[in-house]
Amino acid sequence: MQDTVVVQMVNITKHFPGVLANDSVNLILHKGEVLALLGENGAGKSTLMNMLVGLYRPDSGEIYVNGKLAEIHSPQNSMALGIGMIHQEFMLVGNMTVAENIVLGMKGLQLIPPLDEIKAKIRELSTRYSLSVNPDKYIQELSVGEQQRVEILKLLYRGAQILILDEPTAVLTPGESRDLNEIIKKMLAEGKSAIFITHKMDEVMEFSHTVQVLRKGKCINIVPTNTIKKIQDLANMMVGRDVLFTLDRGPYHPTGTKLEVRNLTIKLPGSNRAALENVSFRVNGGEILGIAGVAGNGQQELTEAITGLRRITSGEVLINGKNLTNHPPLDVIKNGVSHIPADRGKMGIVGDMSVGDNLAMKKYRTRELSNHLVIKKNKMRSFADRLIKVFGIKTPTRETCAKFLSGGNIQKTILAREMDNCKGILIAVYPSRGLDVGATETVRQNLIKQRDSGSAVLLVSEELEELQMVADKIAVMFEGQIMGILDVKDATTEALGLMMTGVSRRQA
Amino acid sequence: MMTFLVPVCSLIISLLLGAIVLRASGANPLKAYFAMLRGAFGSRTKFQYTIREAIPLLMCGLAVGIAFKLKFWNIGAEGQYVFGVIGITWVMQFWTWLPKGMMLPVALLMSLVFGAFWGGIPGVLKAQWKIDETLTTLMMNYIATGIAEYLYITRWKAPRGNMGTVDYPSYAWLPSFWGKIHYGVFFAIALVFILYFVMYKTRWGFELNMIGKNPRAAECQGVSIKKNIILAMLLSGAIAGLAGGIEAAAVTHSLTKGVDNGYGFTGIIIAWMGGLNPFGSILVSILMAALKTGSDALKIMKLPAAMGDVLQGLILLPLLAGSIFTDYKLLFIKKQVAVGEAKK
Repeated sequence: MQDTVVVQMVNITKHFPGVLANDSVNLILHKGEVLALLGENGAGKSTLMNMLVGLYRPDSGEIYVNGKLAEIHSPQNSMALGIGMIHQEFMLVGNMTVAENIVLGMKGLQLIPPLDEIKAKIRELSTRYSLSVNPDKYIQELSVGEQQRVEILKLLYRGAQILILDEPTAVLTPGESRDLNEIIKKMLAEGKSAIFITHKMDEVMEFSHTVQVLRKGKCINIVPTNTIKKIQDLANMMVGRDVLFTLDRGPYHPTGTKLEVRNLTIKLPGSNRAALENVSFRVNGGEILGIAGVAGNGQQELTEAITGLRRITSGEVLINGKNLTNHPPLDVIKNGVSHIPADRGKMGIVGDMSVGDNLAMKKYRTRELSNHLVIKKNKMRSFADRLIKVFGIKTPTRETCAKFLSGGNIQKTILAREMDNCKGILIAVYPSRGLDVGATETVRQNLIKQRDSGSAVLLVSEELEELQMVADKIAVMFEGQIMGILDVKDATTEALGLMMTGVSRRQA
Repeated sequence: MMTFLVPVCSLIISLLLGAIVLRASGANPLKAYFAMLRGAFGSRTKFQYTIREAIPLLMCGLAVGIAFKLKFWNIGAEGQYVFGVIGITWVMQFWTWLPKGMMLPVALLMSLVFGAFWGGIPGVLKAQWKIDETLTTLMMNYIATGIAEYLYITRWKAPRGNMGTVDYPSYAWLPSFWGKIHYGVFFAIALVFILYFVMYKTRWGFELNMIGKNPRAAECQGVSIKKNIILAMLLSGAIAGLAGGIEAAAVTHSLTKGVDNGYGFTGIIIAWMGGLNPFGSILVSILMAALKTGSDALKIMKLPAAMGDVLQGLILLPLLAGSIFTDYKLLFIKKQVAVGEAKK
């Protein structure tokens, strides 16, 4: 590692209405270095980086790039300085090819771009950094991992020297993460540098040279990664208190099947591909069945099929022994199924309605909150107040629009609504996705509480660590099929990782 | 605050824009506006005319508002209104065997059913096959008008004249109680209260609100979108149809040319300006009615009466533009220039 400073951010302060997102933060990035920005959600990591690429402007403070004071007003400015960012949501156009996406929006492009030259350059970059992508393929045909490579290529093509990656491994399989690590190492060898936004400790250890911890907008510590002895220290630094890595859970007492699916198959309309193929399993009361697998291998379809949101081509869904195959969602709800959906903002809450209304969205049908016709507003208010208190939802008032809450508090709102009303079966899809350590802990503890009280819990997660910590059994999904179901004591990361890439249990 | 300020400001802006148009056609805008004001409210009769005009407008605004609450863009209130008139005319013309006292209630009920039918079709099309409602509701306006024309020119034409049905039996007219103002005004006001109650106090209103603001989340909570779209459109169409029925029973007394006089379209502006709040719609519908009745006064100033329509249209534009201020907050930030040297 050389000692040349490529980026220096000095005393950066940024206010949002009511929030101090960054409070006099300093940052130094050396040439050939990977800096990990570690912090909980809302710690100010993304804000800081968005200022470096010109999406926000700091209220005060200065940014120096290669020793020169930089005025960064837009991503174009930052790109000209060699700084590029890969956001969590990829900025790619699905029905255009890789090559077209890579040059899309570039300045100085001819009216009809010389695609052959462009492709040649892309191929050259691909081989140099082992970023294998076919430039003629359409984005929608690519896996998430491949799409990420296209994003990286896009930046390299534009001559980026400094890459900012916002939680890049959130969408990758363990194997793909390793590949990403290799790619980054090759880039460093060429004198490029990277900043890595993350809230995962193991990633910090694996990828970075230096780690900078942010908490509530302030820089807490900057340490060389190789001096860190225990991951626990890092977590405590990030959260500001001791973090529990083990969760209290009662003994495993399965009480008989509550949820069962038999030979579930869902054919996608207009194609022979099946989103789900012959999926069967049972979940007992007092048991958490984890579903592992890379997102997009049928997990969402599975949970939507159970909750009545998606039509099943063949197979059966049995809830408390009752056949509810292809019944409307309301029937499923009435038979005791609670659902924490995958997409909080789109499926879990109505952002433009108040927190109180959102909390009542399941229970408003019951005698407690309404008679047949009219809603009991007073009861609804006290009900909301109770849940806000019990679940520790941080909201200015119960009348605040739900969309103004942080991700963690939105999830707590959903959790409160679904758990308070849970009558035996809970389906949780990526419940801790994108949440910080504190909120994740709350979510996991509540799942276990639900299990200990005798509910059957189906937990879909992409984090093996979470499943190993919380679940009693783990099923692995790959391309719409279940590759096997393991007891948690047999479910090593290696075994699960293999199954996630399509090796069935017997083969493994 | 903004929800109140924006309609008021857009009204002022549209009056200013209208002033430019009036000036361009050679009139003194102030005088013209004053003439319009006098034309709309200047005497007892004029006031009564304006209120009478506001009744169908208010009802169409309410009808459209229900569908809009669901983000179902019903721009077919015009057709549903016309179908309501067809319905009432059918009863009034051919169900003469009914006891005299039953004629008006049954006829009004039929206008409601006809309107609901015409509104229900695009509802079903959208719910079952996801067919875009802006197209279906708009096109069905022309179909409804076409059917009405066919009826009053051929099948239902009165023996004399070359178009229009015979007048309804006078015992079945909806009577007036104060000059030009007829009992329909109570229907409209009652409807405001009923709809307010339904929208804000009932379980169904809660469900409509959920669907309108996030259909996917509503579905996850077990609310049936299909069922509610159809229900809402039946109700929306029913109210528009009833508006037609009341107007025909109280004012026109027949089905004839001019049945499609734009109440349904103006209803869109009313629902929007009233902020989809039933009470807000009362004020706006009186305003819109005043623009229409007041524009007759422009004729005296040798100005085209269409100026009223121009002003109605001009109101919607600043209002739509103004929704930026209700949906977003604008902040003005000083541009700063950082100075300094790179720190070593």
